[in-house]
Amino acid sequence: MDRLNPYLRKLPVWAVYLAGALPPMVWLWMGATGRLGVEPISALEHKLGEAALQLLILGLAVTPLRRHLGLNLMKFRRAIGVLAFFYLSMHLLVWLLLDVQIPQQIWADIVKRPYITVGMAGFLLLLPPALTSNNFSVRRLGPRWRSVHRLVYVGVVLGGLHYLMLAKGFQIEPLIYLTIIGVLLLLRLQVQRKRQPGLPEPRNSLKQV
Amino acid sequence: AGTGLAVAAGSLSAETLEPNSWEEITTYNNFYEFGTGKEDPAKYAHQMKTDPWSVKIDGLVDNPGEYSFQDILSEMTVEERIYRFRCVEAWSMIVPWNGFELGDLLAMAGVQEGAKYAAFETLLRPSEMPGTAYRTIDWPYREGLRLDEALHPLTIMATGIYGKPIPNQNGAPLRLVVPWKYGFKSIKSIVRITLTDKEPPTSWSTLIPGEYGFYSNVNPKVDHPRWSQASERRIGGGLFSKRQPTLMFNGYENEVASLYEGMDLAQNY
Repeated sequence: MDRLNPYLRKLPVWAVYLAGALPPMVWLWMGATGRLGVEPISALEHKLGEAALQLLILGLAVTPLRRHLGLNLMKFRRAIGVLAFFYLSMHLLVWLLLDVQIPQQIWADIVKRPYITVGMAGFLLLLPPALTSNNFSVRRLGPRWRSVHRLVYVGVVLGGLHYLMLAKGFQIEPLIYLTIIGVLLLLRLQVQRKRQPGLPEPRNSLKQV
Repeated sequence: AGTGLAVAAGSLSAETLEPNSWEEITTYNNFYEFGTGKEDPAKYAHQMKTDPWSVKIDGLVDNPGEYSFQDILSEMTVEERIYRFRCVEAWSMIVPWNGFELGDLLAMAGVQEGAKYAAFETLLRPSEMPGTAYRTIDWPYREGLRLDEALHPLTIMATGIYGKPIPNQNGAPLRLVVPWKYGFKSIKSIVRITLTDKEPPTSWSTLIPGEYGFYSNVNPKVDHPRWSQASERRIGGGLFSKRQPTLMFNGYENEVASLYEGMDLAQNY
């Protein structure tokens, strides 16, 4: 990690934004030109949703990666979060405009289909952190900024649940995502408990997952 | 292959059914024994050995036993049937099947008086089916029909597509096709048919009874709890493909509605 960190320090943040913004454009082009299989709408929707979840998880992993493995991605954390929200917004737009298409059905789906209700709630919870991912908001909100950004913890859990609920049968991938999310959140919980003196030594939460 | 029956079966409305391409039909499949991704069956199903193949026909039949696929084929008349295919996930295709009527096969086995249902089972051979490493569903895959549904002339056992032997990912060497029901009823790679007097358990209705029933007739008015069934997307329309309304009994209402007379189709979903 000590060898990797100097390179990461030199990597400009704008390069991460650029590299992160490219795949959805490429996928859109692939879908429009028949390179995403015979059902490009679902393929695009699923690719965007899965990448959004992966980026949210990566954002959640930044602190544990630094603390436990010494890998420092702190400089890119905002970019990772903003990109995750960008993918999520694209995922939502593809669902609205290309998949459902019918405006009356959109609202019906949101209130009637639990997996869509959960996904939509996740999106709404991630909206405030996304809108306050700038230096102005950090200054303006002060200590409240941290509270606003704790919404990400709930948002990412809802994202994982959304994936689990839409899968047919007993599928393995959503469970893997939810397990990783659980481990990352427990690591955070552990650290917070350690910081508070007087509390009993935290149990090894990892083993319980 | 290719008799006039295709016309009689497929085009009751003025609509002519334009089949999907070979590529569309053979690269976008649900066959969870090979994985849950749509492209998994096309990637992994080649591992499945389909020769030799036999179908065990047992239960309430006069001539129970193992029927080899070759023996079955030599007795049956294979013809082309161009059918709509509607998946419960709200996508659809038009498939030019080659096959024979299930009724002919059951007649060969000799249906006994008390038989009321037909139960079907897919091959389960984990060494050739990577998807069965996970208990996505309780293997082997099982399906069932009421006997009158099984004997209906629209119900076929497909052995080919576009005049070619049916590819593994589409259910080689023989699969059921019941065009007025959601696709998962059309069980693939069948190794066993059992005639019974009781409604047989079926995989999806056992796994999630609130979402999948025994009948699973295509019905735009009865939604799946997790998505609407009112419309569907025809595969092959590209990124800006428009949804189209789903037809009652997938467009085969004139032929099959009488089977369900007096039944509450919202109750018997």
